[in-house]
Amino acid sequence: MTNPIPDLLKSEVILTTGTNTTENHPIIANYIKEAVTKRGAKLLVIDPRRIALVDSAALWLRPRPGTDVCWINGLMHIIIKEGLHTKDYIEERTEGFDELSAHLEEFTPEYVSSITGISQDDLFAAARMYAGASPASILYAMGITQHITGTDNVKSLANLAMLCGNVGVTGGGVNPLRGQNNVQGACDMGGLPNVFTGYQPVLNDDAGNKFATAWGVDNIFAKPGLTVTEMFSAAEKKQVRAMYVMGENPVLSDPDKSHIEHCIASLDFLVVQDIFLTETARLADVVFPATCFAEKDGTVTNTERQVSRVKKAVDPPGDTREDIWILNSLSARMGYEMSARTAKQIMEEIAKITPSYGGISYERLENERLAWPCPDEDHPGTPVLHVGKFARGKGRFFAIKFIPPFESPDSEYPFLLSTGRVMAHYHTGTMTRRGTGLNRISPESLAEINPVDAEKLSISDGDMVSITSRRGSITVKAWINKRSQPGMVFVPFHFHEAPVNLLTSTAIDPVAKIPEFKVSAVRIEKAS
Amino acid sequence: MVSATIDNREISVPEGTTILEAAQKAGIDIPTLCHHKRLPPIGSCNMCIVEINGNTKPVNSCNSPVEEGMKVATDTKALHEQRVVNLKKILKHHALDCPICDKAGECDLQDVVYRLGVTDAPFEPRENPRIAEYSTSLIRYWPERCILCQRCVTACNAIKGIGAIDIKSDGDDGQIVVVDADKCKSCGECLFVCPTGALTENLSRYKGRPWLENRVETTCTYCGCGCQLQLKVMDNRVIGVTTDVDRGVNQGSLCVKGRFGYEFIGDENRLTTPLIKENGEFREASWDEALDLTAQKFSSIKEESGPDSIAGLTSAKCTNEENYLFQKFMRAVIGTNNVDHCARL
Ligand code: SF4
Ligand code: SF4
Ligand code: SF4
Repeated sequence: MTNPIPDLLKSEVILTTGTNTTENHPIIANYIKEAVTKRGAKLLVIDPRRIALVDSAALWLRPRPGTDVCWINGLMHIIIKEGLHTKDYIEERTEGFDELSAHLEEFTPEYVSSITGISQDDLFAAARMYAGASPASILYAMGITQHITGTDNVKSLANLAMLCGNVGVTGGGVNPLRGQNNVQGACDMGGLPNVFTGYQPVLNDDAGNKFATAWGVDNIFAKPGLTVTEMFSAAEKKQVRAMYVMGENPVLSDPDKSHIEHCIASLDFLVVQDIFLTETARLADVVFPATCFAEKDGTVTNTERQVSRVKKAVDPPGDTREDIWILNSLSARMGYEMSARTAKQIMEEIAKITPSYGGISYERLENERLAWPCPDEDHPGTPVLHVGKFARGKGRFFAIKFIPPFESPDSEYPFLLSTGRVMAHYHTGTMTRRGTGLNRISPESLAEINPVDAEKLSISDGDMVSITSRRGSITVKAWINKRSQPGMVFVPFHFHEAPVNLLTSTAIDPVAKIPEFKVSAVRIEKAS
Repeated sequence: MVSATIDNREISVPEGTTILEAAQKAGIDIPTLCHHKRLPPIGSCNMCIVEINGNTKPVNSCNSPVEEGMKVATDTKALHEQRVVNLKKILKHHALDCPICDKAGECDLQDVVYRLGVTDAPFEPRENPRIAEYSTSLIRYWPERCILCQRCVTACNAIKGIGAIDIKSDGDDGQIVVVDADKCKSCGECLFVCPTGALTENLSRYKGRPWLENRVETTCTYCGCGCQLQLKVMDNRVIGVTTDVDRGVNQGSLCVKGRFGYEFIGDENRLTTPLIKENGEFREASWDEALDLTAQKFSSIKEESGPDSIAGLTSAKCTNEENYLFQKFMRAVIGTNNVDHCARL
């Protein structure tokens, strides 16, 4: 996020899109409710599903899935036509406005309405609401990014925010809500094929040399590696022969499950390090039992870029070892001695070679909430990004074309399938589906189907239905309600009994390589 | 800013500050059972009464703002006597089942009874015992312990904006009732603010006592909000989760996952030993075997097909330190940039 969560209490308008905040980020939803009920903020929800936030919204727009660039461009078209953009801010702090403005000409309300299904009146109302407020913040999540145009969608939201002077101000911002507890940290720490820690690019020779020196190795790593989706395709082609998977369950979480299983089967060697024998671990040649968050020391970085401590509360079960010990031992056996042995020592090493984490230490974290960038010991951290000027100097507008989703419903597969989470479960259910507690609340997968469609298909609430795409078929219980719009079905991905990723397509965003989980074409039938 | 005195101490606070808040700021502790930092004033328990300008008719300090020049007394003999009367009303039907109550040891009611030194509050069982109308599969309501302070109802409304429960007040016989069972998300907000043991978690098979448990500050392992919480630990087992209203972005709130999603930690299906697959079946192995085999396989594949023939997935569920070490392992030891994680999923 560019801004801290409590900033929402200072927003006049909060635009949420592609985030079912109430289910996925309940604490952020608390802040949204407080902003609306106590601070008089207006909530603008733009989402294909009738999510719970809609109850608190001043205005709700329901676009067709996969048309985000189009409605965002449409809002900007209206804002510019009505002169509601912040001219000084654009002049001073941004570049590329004229190209954007010219590009937006064609996104007239008539055209945008015909593509997105949003009425022209609503487009005007939303544009005026967002542009009329200062500050206004934007929140988004996977509903924006899990598309082949995910990167375009995000850039479009940034365009919109900059157009109205909302970046770099308290109560504003463009704020992605991170779904997993340390997604932010995994990226910050260089768990990406193209960057080292703190987003230092591997293509940059200085960075390469710096890390080679710090780590005492010869190579300079100049070539970016493969992304997760590419790794599996490379495995299929025998270009990747071995994989090491730590704490992930791609068999359930990745698109097109059968394809992933096939790719993994092509590997010569797979090691999985996890706390349970997950669907992925079952396919491994070697399994390392790992520790969970209650059994180790460390830090995580939340969606606000705040770093906080994880502390060891209990000893791990049986012969389980801490992940740090496992990695260090394996390194040593391959002829490389890692110097840092404890979590605290590792953080010291990170701080030394990562400018944005330079001032982060276990001592400070005892009493302080620190958001990166925090370059040195005396730096208070940076809760709001881009204040005064953008990290790159001038904020750049991008003229973005509208590209329809990879798959559209047709006569054979007439429904749109979207996937996501429910509140009581997390990701592939490895953790939340243990024990009884959360299963009492949410025991099984439910496919949300609109009553209009249910009637056409003669499906009643609780019936088993089969959902089929070009890639596979699953059987799941129907839950008839109005959260999904007609023509659309939503299925959570937590449940291995109804592995919805058998159905999803492997079409990915060309830049961010995110799969298009939010739009697949499917057929629904009553299961016999 | 407005200036006033509380117990002869000069204070100056922003306009609109309540007497209770001003006193707390000045380090003066007025007893209360219904006031809670996260909630708007409720004014149901009548414990926080104070005298203003010598006026003997006391007012509730939780919902009276400080006014310029006000002289407030919080601890007179008359106030004490009135508090004891009010408290005895509450205690009349409050089952003093502290020995079996989860909250004993950190119960606001116990604390106030102790503080006011009430030793003669005869317990009269109700003629018609209350039958619990509210419960969820994770939260248990003990109606006989409920003091009808309304914190729970206020929290469900004011913090969550849900309004799943309400108080049915029937004189002495009031209790919490469900307004809309479907709306309840079992978030436990009501349980977190309850001053007594009237709402308890209905999950852990193991019971601790606050003074027997060890509490460890940590960060929730689920979503990216980064809520701060404490794991309750007894006998090397996590037996529950609690929060502190002053810590973290969540200010004591959690969602159903953070509050009740801890069972996996001690689950009997956890992996406890390395496994090696032979002829399609796993067998248990020692660390030496498993690490040697892995090191040898990685080394030989690297030798034959180059470092880029090996790839690694690190994890958004692991710590920063582990992620750092993992990518360092892939880059420095294997020698490839083929490292990614499933953040996009
Ligand atoms: S658990 Fe949450 S939603 Fe349910 S009654 Fe309590 S506060 Fe309300
Ligand atoms: S359940 Fe607890 S919080 Fe709710 S009214 Fe009773 S004592 Fe108060
Ligand atoms: S308690 Fe809920 S909202 Fe808070 S971090 Fe955990 S999962 Fe997220």
